[in-house]
Amino acid sequence: MENVMKNDIRIVEEPRKPLAMHPKKFAMWLFLASVLMLFAAFTSAYIVRQAEGDWVIFDLPDMFTFTTVAILASSIPVQWAYFAARKNQQNLVVALLGIGTVLGILFLAGQWQGWGQLVDNHIHLVGNPSGSFFYLITGLHGLHIISAVIYLIITLVRAHRGIIHSGNLAPLEMCVTYWHFLGGLWLYLFVFLLLNR
Amino acid sequence: MATIDIDIKSAQQHDSHEHDSHEHEHHEGNFWTNYIFSQDHKVIAKQFLITGMFWALIGGVLSVIFRLQLGFPEANLEWLRPVLGGWITPEGKIDAEFYLALVTMHGTIMVFFVLTAGLSGTFSNFLIPLQIGARDMASGFMNMLSYWFFFLSSVVMLSSLFLSTGPAGGGWTVYPPLSALPQAIQGSGLGMTLWLVSMALFIVSTLLGGINYITTIINMRTQGMSFTKMPLTVWAFFFTAIIGLLSFPVLFGAALLLIFDRSFGTSFFLSDIYIGGEALPNVGGSPILFQHLFWFLGHPEVYIVLLPALGITSEIIATNSRKPIFGYKAMVGSMLFIAILSFVVWAHHMFVTGMNPFLGSIFTLLTLIIAVPSAVKIFNYVTTLWRGNIKFTAAMLFSIGLVSFFLTGGITGIFLGNSAVDIQLHDTYFVVAHFHLVMGSASFFGMMAGVYHWFPKMFGRMMDERLGTIHFWLTFVGVYLVFFPMHYIGIAGFPRRYYSWTSFETFSGFADLNMLVSVAAILTLSAQFLFLFNFIYSIFRGRLAPANPWNSNTLEWTTPRLPQHGNWPGAIPTVYRWPYDYSKPGAKEDFIPQHIPYSETPESNLPHENEQIKLEGVVVKPSSGHH
Ligand code: HEM
Ligand SMILES: [Cu+2]
Repeated sequence: MENVMKNDIRIVEEPRKPLAMHPKKFAMWLFLASVLMLFAAFTSAYIVRQAEGDWVIFDLPDMFTFTTVAILASSIPVQWAYFAARKNQQNLVVALLGIGTVLGILFLAGQWQGWGQLVDNHIHLVGNPSGSFFYLITGLHGLHIISAVIYLIITLVRAHRGIIHSGNLAPLEMCVTYWHFLGGLWLYLFVFLLLNR
Repeated sequence: MATIDIDIKSAQQHDSHEHDSHEHEHHEGNFWTNYIFSQDHKVIAKQFLITGMFWALIGGVLSVIFRLQLGFPEANLEWLRPVLGGWITPEGKIDAEFYLALVTMHGTIMVFFVLTAGLSGTFSNFLIPLQIGARDMASGFMNMLSYWFFFLSSVVMLSSLFLSTGPAGGGWTVYPPLSALPQAIQGSGLGMTLWLVSMALFIVSTLLGGINYITTIINMRTQGMSFTKMPLTVWAFFFTAIIGLLSFPVLFGAALLLIFDRSFGTSFFLSDIYIGGEALPNVGGSPILFQHLFWFLGHPEVYIVLLPALGITSEIIATNSRKPIFGYKAMVGSMLFIAILSFVVWAHHMFVTGMNPFLGSIFTLLTLIIAVPSAVKIFNYVTTLWRGNIKFTAAMLFSIGLVSFFLTGGITGIFLGNSAVDIQLHDTYFVVAHFHLVMGSASFFGMMAGVYHWFPKMFGRMMDERLGTIHFWLTFVGVYLVFFPMHYIGIAGFPRRYYSWTSFETFSGFADLNMLVSVAAILTLSAQFLFLFNFIYSIFRGRLAPANPWNSNTLEWTTPRLPQHGNWPGAIPTVYRWPYDYSKPGAKEDFIPQHIPYSETPESNLPHENEQIKLEGVVVKPSSGHH
């Protein structure tokens, strides 16, 4: 053992390791990149199609203003949970993740309401592509949020069982990253849909 | 000092690795965990290889069936009835819609199942950990999932071949409205649904694999394996995975929109369609939109198929020329450049969609720029071969074959990239000739080269070289006989995806040529059975392989004959030099593996390498000599 240490203290060109990054965390970032590409594809298709004309213009449901606030607000307790986990405040972590989960579910309920408002406004999935795109993009984002809420709940349970603490932050970090990402993604989609009507 | 810090960290890492390997030794696992649901990258690689070979056989047989129709339009194919059943018409001909289904399945299978999953799946999995010095992939579990998603996707695609309405028939590009309307052709019914389901599963598999490859390459390299010491194979797999990660989600998006149009009544791609004089309710869609989305994946896809083959052959050509690869950095740089450019040329597939001619010129320009890095690569291959002490192994022959196809197929790419020329050539056999040479055959040869070269590490035995050489010549000549005449047929205007041309007087002059192509296709396919025999026979009866049969430099050859789980029985070797120290002046042998420190090779070191010795410290590991 001692030998190994002595031998290994040499200055060769090392594989540089910003790279000491946790492989699973790194993989999570790559996954997010592919999700981003998926939505980039949809929003590009949206613009291309819109440029061709014959495009029905409608107002975004009011509800979406509230859901946007909800999802952005939810990032605060989730991030706070991470700080709490660093200090091993287990109960606080659980509580904060709980708040995040509730806000996430509120967001989903609000999106559903928003869809309802649009339907009352006679904008349907089947019809002019402007509506179809709208439902598709928001729906797909909602699906991702559902997956993230489940992820939050799993992480919450793991935190409750004491698996997540200052010595094992990676699982929480990945969950937090995913959550922030989806919040940011929603902000992009919301602004995009608002500006490109 | 910071560096020392890092070293201690990696020393600990080594320890934990050793700990890992002990753990592995303890539980042996059973048949299911070792061979079926294995998380070992080498086993998963073999699963991809075997599945890919199975698909290649199916794809090849399908092409021969439709070549029968094209080459012998008058022949009576009644004898195929036992296999094809109702797809043979009462007159003994292939059903016209089934012909389209055959072409579609052939294209889909070859591009995605053979040359994406079969090629990348096999060699990225097998070589990345072995060549960068890692015990396994970053996530063995995700890696296993990647294979099983591919397997599921294969099952779905295969089962679509047995539907009474036949598999998808709208071409491998599945353009709507043809693919969106079940009324259009039979293949757009359930067959198309299964195609979409299968491709969705396939994309999940590719993403799982790609995320793993990138993560592994960036995070799991052994000590000393800096980016500039990575073999070109690993570089190629790295770029391939990145391209896939960015482009496959877009295909997923396109497929999703198509699914909505087909099943939920939306009109993303559909507008103003009349069937039997009746207007469909769909208005406002744009079929061109699909083409944009499809080709945003579709063009990068050709490099997803080609780059791994280029990486594999770079390695094989350097090894068997016994010379350092010429222009290592230029090779990496040109792959990077190709990878970037591959995202901005997609519209060269759409010159005839009525696009603005000015936009067409921009895409022409961007497309032609790709010729530059491609030419750099060809130049570097040739200069590596130049005055090399060439060993004509089967792998080497197939690699040289790749260079040949890359050149002949690449040249016609310059024609097709010009929007003005493409208007004449688009959707003719000229295109078929072009992409079969540059993408199909080149990548196929890269894959074959890889199998011949790494077979000893995969199965611990050698393949028969003489059979391999015969296989090469038959296939090489066969490929040119099949695809070269297609240029002429295409320039004459013969359109692709046409079941029959006999009703056009203009084309009757090509009957002989078409017959020649079909005969050559049958012979080329038959030659593959030589390979299949050689492959299977050698797994069980081949000559036992030495640990490093080709006197190669890369790390995989420092493993035992049959590397076990964890790859190296002891510590992972440390890397001191780049992988291409072949025939170094002054060296005792004509190769110096990557794990040999400069302090052991004073006779061949260059001045700046002698400087390195001081940095290597006092360690001389007695066990690491390369003799
Ligand atoms: C036995 C060797 C092969 C033969 C004889 C062959 C022959 C053909 C022919 C004649 C066509 C055009 C049919 C038509 O448009 O009417 C075709 C289409 C195609 N082939 Fe091959 N091929 C072979 C191997 C491959 C390989 C290795 C690839 C891998 C890239 C490949 C990919 C394709 C694709 C993508 C299409 C287009 C399918 C479509 O139009 O949707 N082929 N093949
Ligand atoms: Cu292209």
